[in-house]
Amino acid sequence: MTWSADEMMTVAAARQLHDGAACFVGIGLPSTAANLARATHAPDLVLVYESGCLGAKPSRLPLSIGDGILADDADAVVSVAEVFNYWLQPGRINIGFLGAAQLDRFANINTTMVGGTYASPKVRLPGAGGAPEIAASCKEVVIVVRQNLRTFVDRLDFVTSVGYGSGPKDRARLGLRGSGPRTVITDIGILEPDVETRELTLTRLHPGATVEQARAATGWPLAIAPRVTTTKPPTDRELQVLRELESPQKRP
Amino acid sequence: MAQICSLRQAISSLVSDGDVVAMEGFTHLIPFAAAHEIIRQERRNLTLVRMTPDVIYDQLIGMGCASGLVFSWGGNPGVGSLHRFRDAVENEWPQPIRLEEHSHAGMANRYVAGASGLPFAVLRGYTGTDLPTHTENIATIVCPFTGETLTAVPALCPDVGIVHAQRADRKGNVQMWGITGVQKEAVLASKRSIVTVEEIVDHLDPVPGQVMLPGWAVTAVVEAPAGAHPSYAHGYSVRDNDFYVQWDAVSRDRESFLAWMQAHVFNGSARIGASG
Repeated sequence: MTWSADEMMTVAAARQLHDGAACFVGIGLPSTAANLARATHAPDLVLVYESGCLGAKPSRLPLSIGDGILADDADAVVSVAEVFNYWLQPGRINIGFLGAAQLDRFANINTTMVGGTYASPKVRLPGAGGAPEIAASCKEVVIVVRQNLRTFVDRLDFVTSVGYGSGPKDRARLGLRGSGPRTVITDIGILEPDVETRELTLTRLHPGATVEQARAATGWPLAIAPRVTTTKPPTDRELQVLRELESPQKRP
Repeated sequence: MAQICSLRQAISSLVSDGDVVAMEGFTHLIPFAAAHEIIRQERRNLTLVRMTPDVIYDQLIGMGCASGLVFSWGGNPGVGSLHRFRDAVENEWPQPIRLEEHSHAGMANRYVAGASGLPFAVLRGYTGTDLPTHTENIATIVCPFTGETLTAVPALCPDVGIVHAQRADRKGNVQMWGITGVQKEAVLASKRSIVTVEEIVDHLDPVPGQVMLPGWAVTAVVEAPAGAHPSYAHGYSVRDNDFYVQWDAVSRDRESFLAWMQAHVFNGSARIGASG
């Protein structure tokens, strides 16, 4: 089977989620990937949605974070205050799964505004939602985002959620208890923070993608691992399940 | 005991120009009918409070009801931007809007503090982000027991809290279930409250996972069948996802937005599809 760059990205993101983990899921790409993981290699993945659904088991992709299908078969439906205070804040969630409108080399995220000033932005984005605390308190964070110059910027217009701040010591200095972004999955490849500098480093390319392509899609001089490996292509089963999840007739 | 009345009566007697108004509902149970009544009664200079100002606040903002917005995520869930919200922030149309921006955890805790009669809430949040630079209502506090520095946000105590629920009985006891978000906290934090319901019944049969609001803690209860549309009421309706998708085109342009509001909120039934 052939596949698109977006499909490769979603499959690679799904593979980041190990069976049995509790995963705090945002809507869009993260939700698609998390549901793909649950339908393939991780049937016991625990999906937590900020609407208060713990252990959601949707049979199709939810269109919104509060889709009724998330509540139908959830282990528990709790208040929004409870999901943040009892479940996220104490560090009970293994993986926070986030998207980004802008991302910098230390995996800090902007989803607030772009261009102009805060008071008078060129583009006003939705804002923080649950992301600042998901990025702070989950044991680790996985980011799924398309790689291009609009998104991979040298300097964020607004820091909505903290990755590694301005370097290796910032999370500890700020008192953030989770360990921070572990992986950034894009439509070109996979980036991981350098062990010492915490700067995002290209460690894998999806089949057919090149280092030059990754560099050209990044708004800072991209660090490249000494040995860049190639992502395993999507299996037929992964593609079949993903297409089934995304098919329009499965949409409500 | 809650007063059972019409929507027109509830809004005209409990919502005034200049009020701080919270309409909650986390994708589910969003009080659209009540918002449309506020639009029809032409309330002005409201400070609107809501964790997720989606289409309901896009409509209120675009119709000039709001001069302020306290929120944590403003978008069309699963679709994209809120064009009326963006037009207000980016171009001051139809009027400038004052933003007070938080995270979900911060907003939820602010309601909890309001409902608890406390002046502020404490949480681990916002640290290292640019939010505290632009939002005055975010501070740090040192734990008196451990010396740890934590984040404090002030209680939210709206003048009016408005939510939608599945059912109420004739004494105004309210029952809701499914995803219930921060509705209980929003009602208990507010000075006055309005609950619209799908139906008023003689007897409330228990439902697993229900949230009950006793009638003596609610100011007014209004029967408003399908009053959450295009959002939904678990057990009564499903979310009209097509409406949210179609809203993108309707709201992108000022003229088509105003024409839609005139046709559907002022002249007709807002229950039909956004483009219909």
